[in-house]
Amino acid sequence: MEQIEILKEFVISNFLFGKSTILEYDTDFLEKGIIDSIGILELVCFVEETFNFKVLDDEILHNNFSSLTKLNNYINLKLGKLQKVVQKCAV
Amino acid sequence: MCGIAGIANLTEPGSILINSVGMMASSLRHRGPNESGIYIDDWLGFAQTRLSIIDLLGGSQPIHNEDKSLWIVFNGEIYNYLELRRSLVEAGHKFYTLSDTEVILHLYEDEKENCLSKLNGQFAFAVWDSTNKELFICRDRVGKKPLYYTINGNQFFFSSEIKALFSNDQIDREIDYISLNQIFTFWTTLPGRTIFKDIKELPAGSYLKYKNSKLTITKYWDYDFALPDNLINYSTDDIVSKLKELLIDAVRIRLRADVQVGSYLSGGLDSSGITALIKKNFNNELSTFGIRFEEESFDEGEYQSAMVSNLNVDHTEIFASNKKIGELLPDVMWHCEIPLLRLSPVPLFMLSKLVNQNGFRVVLTGEGADEVFGGYNIFKETLIRSFWAKYPDSELRPRLLERLYPYIFKDATSKANLKSFFKLGIDNPNDLLFSHMVRWQNTSRIKRFFSDDLANENKDYEPYSDLKEILPEKYSKWDALSKAQYLEMKIFLSNYLLSSQGDRVAMAHSVEIRMPYLDYRIIEFMSLVPSYLKIRGLNEKSILKKVFKDILPDTIRQRVKHPYRAPIKNSLLNNNLDYVDEYLSEESINKYRLFNSSMVTKLKEKLTKSNSASEIDSMALVGILTTQILSDMFGDNFQYRLNKPITFDRIYDRRSISMSEELLYTERK
Repeated sequence: MEQIEILKEFVISNFLFGKSTILEYDTDFLEKGIIDSIGILELVCFVEETFNFKVLDDEILHNNFSSLTKLNNYINLKLGKLQKVVQKCAV
Repeated sequence: MCGIAGIANLTEPGSILINSVGMMASSLRHRGPNESGIYIDDWLGFAQTRLSIIDLLGGSQPIHNEDKSLWIVFNGEIYNYLELRRSLVEAGHKFYTLSDTEVILHLYEDEKENCLSKLNGQFAFAVWDSTNKELFICRDRVGKKPLYYTINGNQFFFSSEIKALFSNDQIDREIDYISLNQIFTFWTTLPGRTIFKDIKELPAGSYLKYKNSKLTITKYWDYDFALPDNLINYSTDDIVSKLKELLIDAVRIRLRADVQVGSYLSGGLDSSGITALIKKNFNNELSTFGIRFEEESFDEGEYQSAMVSNLNVDHTEIFASNKKIGELLPDVMWHCEIPLLRLSPVPLFMLSKLVNQNGFRVVLTGEGADEVFGGYNIFKETLIRSFWAKYPDSELRPRLLERLYPYIFKDATSKANLKSFFKLGIDNPNDLLFSHMVRWQNTSRIKRFFSDDLANENKDYEPYSDLKEILPEKYSKWDALSKAQYLEMKIFLSNYLLSSQGDRVAMAHSVEIRMPYLDYRIIEFMSLVPSYLKIRGLNEKSILKKVFKDILPDTIRQRVKHPYRAPIKNSLLNNNLDYVDEYLSEESINKYRLFNSSMVTKLKEKLTKSNSASEIDSMALVGILTTQILSDMFGDNFQYRLNKPITFDRIYDRRSISMSEELLYTERK
């Protein structure tokens, strides 16, 4: 499954209890009341566990966690960076 | 303090059965276990179940005037009845009891509905003018005592609780979809509605008249806030001393009873203040009652104990374990008769039982201080958001919210997101509902659990327009705090705090609560006080704290406000409560077709597994579960909870149809 679909599935099952109709890729979680502050914590934990990296405090920003697209971009960036670090180490 | 109920023929005289009114009264036995009485003629039959508090032997109801043309059934207390009685006696009225009930009747006889402006108390009563065939029913200013009614065919039914109306088979017991939508927005219905279709509530501060087949409802009182030109310009010291005087008097007249009076004591400012005023001014042998919680974050034991030793009162506590709270919810629902989004009524239901077991019928409580004096966070939140709205790009202004909610702003995650959360509506500070929109929009998220049927029925319904329609004309001219206070009192205080968390759970165990802060003289005086004095900076209830300066220890006066709440997830889930599983099962959810069963199953699974629960998931759980309980309890399973018709201690039968005929009729039935 594509990464963004994994995120979508989690948001739908965990915050919308299966009701998928109101969630688009660019839907703002907070504006639409999909996720509240405790919800963001759940989302952070999910991302950390699923993608196996640590989300830093100063990365928990509206710009990273407020929609599926933004979250997906953030994860890509993070994984890309991590990849680079791993490569560097290998060299 | 009692239960009242009645049936009136709307168009022509006809047979009303003692047993029909008797069934209604029977379902109100908990409100009045001491005695009961009925008046009945060819137009009307009404009854009262009595919890005797004033004139224990002589005050039996119904009560009549001198020539027996006027009859009254009354639920409540008139605290200034002694003063009113004196002037009525001077005016020539002859009294045959020492009760406050008879005072109302004579006052009504002289002044009709204008009598209401003189009554200081909590009340719902019905007066029958048997000569003019006119029925008058009213409720106190803020809605401390309940009153419901419905029209069915050619008959008008009214009573203190909805179950009494339903004891008449012909009255339908259906959930009202619009009301459910309102509850899942405002936490309760808007004034006038109930969760049941065609069952109406007489709004607080209103009276109803029925004459010549015509029913009219009139508002006689509402919260009012002074506009800048009319605000009082007393010094703070003068305001404080005036209030102290009023508050002591409000307490004094609320101690009038022919039974012993106790006090609730939570350890917060409000109940501690009332308890201290009683103890220091009126009753040195005071008994107090308090709640302790299993979960530490809900418990106020430390402050409660501090007050107990400070005041040296005889204190008794009830321990509200999570499991017990979960177990008692269905019983509480029988009394509340409206879906809840929180479980806070349950420990108060336990507390009234404790009070009853200790031989008390009356307690004073601290209810109302937060509304009248400006204690809630939502008020401070409104002030901060108004301040922020003047400069929406400010980074610093919204940070004031961190001081308001330190526990949810504790980490970076929350900070970033909470700011976005409170930003809702910041671009429109002039919106009439600005103060409450964040809360209501957030609550509305639980409507996602509505079934397709229900969502469809509700798709064109917009609860905010209904609310805007009942706002008084002056409302738009009030400042932000006054507007917020109005909304809070008009909706949440009247229809939730004073009912589900007040009268209903207290009367469930035959206990009357009396609330000095909601004395109308205090409400009216505080509405003249400028808002900036009520909340100074971010110091809530600033004036009340000054009133208690030499009365309460600083530890209580200056402590951080602790909202009264009860645990949800740990009470309802993982406690082996069969009823929770049953009501949330796919079968049960699909039976009532109000919610989406697969979403409900997922919600329950999520909450059962997780350690914590978000506010919104918890509200959804309670909202769904309590709606399911009500659908069942007041649906198919209604009859089994009802008793047999009451055997009245006192019957005034003026019907033209003979008793034997009624017996025959009843037997045939």
